[in-house]
Amino acid sequence: MKKKNREGAVGGKAINNVINVLLALGCLTILFPLYMTVIIAFKKPSEMTNDVAGALGFPANWNFDNFIEAMRVTDFWRSLGNSLFLTGVTVIICILLHSLAGYVIGRKMAKHKLFKASYFYIVSGMFVPFAVLMMPLVKQTAQIGMANRLGVIVLYVVFFMPMNVLLYSGYLKNIPIALEEAACVDGATVWQTYWKIIFPNMKPMHATVAVLTAMSTWNDVMTPLVIMSGSDVNTLPLAQLNFQSQFGTNYNLAFASYLLALLPILIFYIICQKQIINGVVNGAVK
Amino acid sequence: MGNHTKRDKAWTKNDKIFLGILIPVLALFFFFNTLPLLKGFYYGLTNYRGYGDYDFVGLRNFKDIFTDLRVGKSYLFTFKYAVVMTIAVNLISLILALGLNREIRGKSALRGIYFVPNILGGLVVGYIFSFIFTYILPTVGEITGIGFLQNSMLASTKTAWLAIVIVGAWQGIAMNTIIYISGLQTVPAEVYEAGMIDGVSGWKKFWNLTFPLILPFFTINLVLCMKNALMVFDQIMSLTKGGPSQSTESISYLIYQNGMSGGQFGFQSANAFVFFLVIVIISFLQMKFLGGKEEQL
Repeated sequence: MKKKNREGAVGGKAINNVINVLLALGCLTILFPLYMTVIIAFKKPSEMTNDVAGALGFPANWNFDNFIEAMRVTDFWRSLGNSLFLTGVTVIICILLHSLAGYVIGRKMAKHKLFKASYFYIVSGMFVPFAVLMMPLVKQTAQIGMANRLGVIVLYVVFFMPMNVLLYSGYLKNIPIALEEAACVDGATVWQTYWKIIFPNMKPMHATVAVLTAMSTWNDVMTPLVIMSGSDVNTLPLAQLNFQSQFGTNYNLAFASYLLALLPILIFYIICQKQIINGVVNGAVK
Repeated sequence: MGNHTKRDKAWTKNDKIFLGILIPVLALFFFFNTLPLLKGFYYGLTNYRGYGDYDFVGLRNFKDIFTDLRVGKSYLFTFKYAVVMTIAVNLISLILALGLNREIRGKSALRGIYFVPNILGGLVVGYIFSFIFTYILPTVGEITGIGFLQNSMLASTKTAWLAIVIVGAWQGIAMNTIIYISGLQTVPAEVYEAGMIDGVSGWKKFWNLTFPLILPFFTINLVLCMKNALMVFDQIMSLTKGGPSQSTESISYLIYQNGMSGGQFGFQSANAFVFFLVIVIISFLQMKFLGGKEEQL
């Protein structure tokens, strides 16, 4: 009912219909590349004739040979496992450590200059792109034996710290200090107070942080590329990069592999669309 | 904050526990963020190739950055890309958001679809678009007789950068649209009602009523989009690898390419440090300029 007022009375409906059609047509720009990926992934190389239908028409048979072959060539399950491992561990550590850091800094910022300075010091890290730190970090991680998955996780935890500390310490304003004081009177230690009272109360922010961290980690190419370059450990995106040359001109195999690489996050998106969109918006707006 | 007595500022036992948690966090952050930044500056003062011995060369690298053609080209490309991206993405996503915020059929489904590009990895998206640019568009060009489509956009120095803008925008629009929609939802209906009584409509309604109210969201989008565009890497890696003839080398890509494997560890470290300063200056200017504008309104 509120909406009726918003859009004006008479012309509103007709205009809305036009906009409806335009927006639906616009969706094709999103769906077309995805449609093409699916179609090519199912085809045989011999079906890829030199016209538009060759690339975009339905395949003669919907069989999964390309996918089975792509899985073998890119060692799909291992890459998937690595991506899941890196993303999962990073998200868990970020939530545990950054919420604690955000709490510690946020609660004492007003009282002690040291905490306020620490806040600005960490948050200003947002201005440092990974490309700037890349070369020294490659040397540094190699020197201390961290040119591996552990090193990548530690770098993610440090790299996402500015954003997450900003989010958590900002959210702290929503948690009344009286809650803590009550716990303190009851004789709870700082540690107990944090885990029993603050951490559960930060739940909405945990969701935002988890979404933001997971998406950046999952799709990141640069960090694992430079840090783990010597090892044979692939993430899902890295596997596409490393096996590009091996696909040669077999686009069907390549697209099967791309589709496999996109599927996990697409499925995840379909399941938790609302949480993902909320997380992204919260992260940007706060 | 009222007036603190000396006692308030004193370090209680509680404060010290907090400090005990803070110090390791700071140490971790310093060791993997600030220290490499300082080391980068240090490497920038040397002729290190990434291996073997090296000598100090003073500020020579920092001077050479300003005369090096390849570095200059990469800055030009990166800024051209970032500016065109920021304008195009914000314009299109604002229009999309205005449409998606109306009473339309299948609203949530449409919103859901328009957000999809944001969740996909830039590298794989680049590979998929690479096929579109190399095979689909030229075929379409031949059938329709449209001349400029007949050759791959990626093969020409004139159009390759535009292809990267298209792919970057395809992904970036998704994010900015969602933020604009959440901005539009904060505009109270009364504002429109008041406007309607005054007979304000269409473009005037948007410019005088809606836009000032979503200005904070405009600022966020501008800053986010610009920042992401300045760091473009994945799309370059999958679409052009910096080519043709180095016309699409972004700063990040050049640092990676020549610093990691091109024997220019020292020189590219200097480049990276200068890039850092450039990012800081741009962010500072954006916040100052846009922040000030917000207050006026």
